[in-house]
Amino acid sequence: MVSAADFGDYETAWCPGCGNFAILDAVKAALVKKQLQPHEVLFVSGIGQAAKAPLYLNANVFDGLHGRSLPVATGAKLVKPGLTVIVESGDGCNYGEGGNHFLAAIRRNPDITVLVHDNQVYGLTKGQASPTSQEGFVTKAQPDGVQAEPFNPIAVAVAMRAGFVARGFSGMADHLADLIVQAMDHEGFSLVDILHPCVSFNRVNTFAWYKKRCYALGDDHDPTDWSAAVTRAQEWGDRIPLGVIYRNDRPAFGKRFPPAVERSEIPKRVEACLTAYL
Amino acid sequence: MAKHLNIVIGGDAGQGLVTLGSLLAKGLVRSGYSIVVIQSYQSRIRGGHNTFTIRVSDGEIVAPQEPVDILVALNAETIRLHEAELSGHGVIVADAALAAEAGGAEFLAVPFSELGSKRVANVVALGVTASLVGLHHDRVSQTLADFFGKKHPEATEENQQALEKAFAWLSEQSVSMEKLPAVDDPPRRMMMNGNEAIALGALSAGLRFCSFYPMTPATSINLGVISHAKQMGVIVEQAEDEIAAINMALGASFAGAPSMVATSGGGFALMAEAVSLAGQTETPIVVVVAQRPGPATGLPTRTEQGDLEFVLHAGHGEFPRAILAPGTVEECFHLTRKAFELAEKYQSPVFVLTDQFLADSYRAVTPFDAANLEPVRPGADLSEASLPYRRFALTKNGVSPRLIPGATEHLVVADSDEHTEDGRLTEDLAVRRQMVDKRLRKHEGLRADTVAPDWAGDAGPEILLVSWGSTKGSVSEAASTLRPRGQRVATLHFSQVWPLVPEHFLRYFEDAERVVSVEGNALGQFARLIRRETGFEIRSQVRRYDGLPITPEYILEALDGQER
Repeated sequence: MVSAADFGDYETAWCPGCGNFAILDAVKAALVKKQLQPHEVLFVSGIGQAAKAPLYLNANVFDGLHGRSLPVATGAKLVKPGLTVIVESGDGCNYGEGGNHFLAAIRRNPDITVLVHDNQVYGLTKGQASPTSQEGFVTKAQPDGVQAEPFNPIAVAVAMRAGFVARGFSGMADHLADLIVQAMDHEGFSLVDILHPCVSFNRVNTFAWYKKRCYALGDDHDPTDWSAAVTRAQEWGDRIPLGVIYRNDRPAFGKRFPPAVERSEIPKRVEACLTAYL
Repeated sequence: MAKHLNIVIGGDAGQGLVTLGSLLAKGLVRSGYSIVVIQSYQSRIRGGHNTFTIRVSDGEIVAPQEPVDILVALNAETIRLHEAELSGHGVIVADAALAAEAGGAEFLAVPFSELGSKRVANVVALGVTASLVGLHHDRVSQTLADFFGKKHPEATEENQQALEKAFAWLSEQSVSMEKLPAVDDPPRRMMMNGNEAIALGALSAGLRFCSFYPMTPATSINLGVISHAKQMGVIVEQAEDEIAAINMALGASFAGAPSMVATSGGGFALMAEAVSLAGQTETPIVVVVAQRPGPATGLPTRTEQGDLEFVLHAGHGEFPRAILAPGTVEECFHLTRKAFELAEKYQSPVFVLTDQFLADSYRAVTPFDAANLEPVRPGADLSEASLPYRRFALTKNGVSPRLIPGATEHLVVADSDEHTEDGRLTEDLAVRRQMVDKRLRKHEGLRADTVAPDWAGDAGPEILLVSWGSTKGSVSEAASTLRPRGQRVATLHFSQVWPLVPEHFLRYFEDAERVVSVEGNALGQFARLIRRETGFEIRSQVRRYDGLPITPEYILEALDGQER
């Protein structure tokens, strides 16, 4: 039996009250629920306060560059399909610096789970706007307020018919853990956008702000209904829906690639290749 | 004495020029001749002026040549642009209608429309040219069948008829040009260019993962891998950009797959951050940079050796690397294999620095002994790791046992942040120092494994020609031309440009009366590197940066100029 203790207990660099603690606990709960051994899991992260999360876990970890987790995870999953591959990083990493990879990963549909800590602000660099910051959000770097519309990851992922699109909230830990389990069960690209407060740098989207607005979708929402999901993805403001917004059963990426050749077979196969040049 | 001929085939893109050139080159190789090809093309798919140049000999040749002996002109522009390059006995092969364009040169007016339809005009030109240099119809016919039989079986008959008519037509013409002497028992040789050899070298080394974003002149490396991917079990993915390409390859390598990316200067610029990531996470990766002239988009389809300093310094921070610079097609194969071995052994980024000239230059190559060449073995065995397992354990040579995640129950943790021995982020500044020292200790190993430069020629020479990468053949032939003029000449060619080991070469500099560097860039980057590493200043430099390959003639002319 795998238990939460198998995934360790590390000292963190997060502020007291940070939403990341609850997310870390939910991730551990999901791994326990899945009964995965630490060495069966590979976490890939980028840079940011959220991207440190995998380093506070016992698992295989590749903590790479800002914005580049998705291609690293895609490469690793293709050559080691037996590993459970989880990308965990923030909104700046996945939707800003790594935006092009986000679109490409949705198109490819690799069998990886993508957990995005979305607090609508940059924490590690001390409080600049993120791609999901609301228009008018004032920071030291944007003293007159953000002059761009926020990126809506759910709407983009649904529009592109990503395999699995969900939203969670750090303040609803059991619900979040269940979403992460469902995302891991899904064969293909599965996005869980996780709302959480930044107690140091986001005085607008606070815990109370989210708590007041977030609600869990009920059985009346059918996540396999794309049109319904497109509508639901636009819902933001007074009411923010949580849960599986959309899912489909597109085949996962990589099925057309050839299997590896036994190492001992390689020399004679290369020799055969050379005959094409005679 | 061996006979050389230089054949230039010129025309618009879209006229079947490369097919014609490749078939002629293959016919020549199969007939036992040695070849050196230059492909010169514009960055467009139709139109523009393009040439496919084949220097051929019954002896061994290693360099291109400038004077033209046979000019196969598929359009009038080719005559206008290249007529002046014709040697004294040069012949123009072109449609009868173009005869008026030609001045005094011997003109072989081919009645193209009588010998075949417009669609097979390039096969007519092939037949006339092949017959002109002395190839046998049956051998060319077989080459043509091998080529079209696979791709376009329906075209075979028309092509074969055109070829036959072209041979028959030429046999009735009176041509003063001497044919190539026949080679008895032609050796079994492949026709291969530099990029194909890099792809095959990677496959031979056990390549399992290759991701790329298309960029000339590197794309054909990736296409070469793709052409064998099923048979060799290689995953090849076209990424959304070069940043994704190298990060994917690093993910694959971390997970145990020998991995490679191939690109050119601009694409490599996008990869620079991830090169540093490979250095920090000690993830093996082979990066091929096929140079073309910059800055920015530069001359996309031409050649240059202008990215040496860039590749040497790309990536922030300090970490070890090796840079191999093949000078021949054979070296493209063997040094790419070596790049994989070094990347694996030292868990570092290793570069193969080539250029457009070598990338596209077909040669006659003796088949590699591929059946006896071992692929790399990625990662360490658990027995080599001390427990508890620490991915970045401090070791004497700086190399820590690299386990593959998921292969054992031990956890593999790698961090782009400075990290502890077990791979976790740290800001302990004492650990920081230990980790920098550990990583840099691998430089000593890489240095010990450096390929020594290739010295040839006369002891205590009046001139020592120093070169690196693709200029190898031209420098060697330039030296062979100088010697009969009574000069004592030696050459020193580097096929690895980093790390440099002064004990390998400094004595040769000191023994020479005059040291001359030869390189394809404007700043003399390799000469600067030599000075930085040894203090030795190479004052005489032959540099070329007009986008064309360095030829023996170019070197000799530059040397004459310097002496005056």
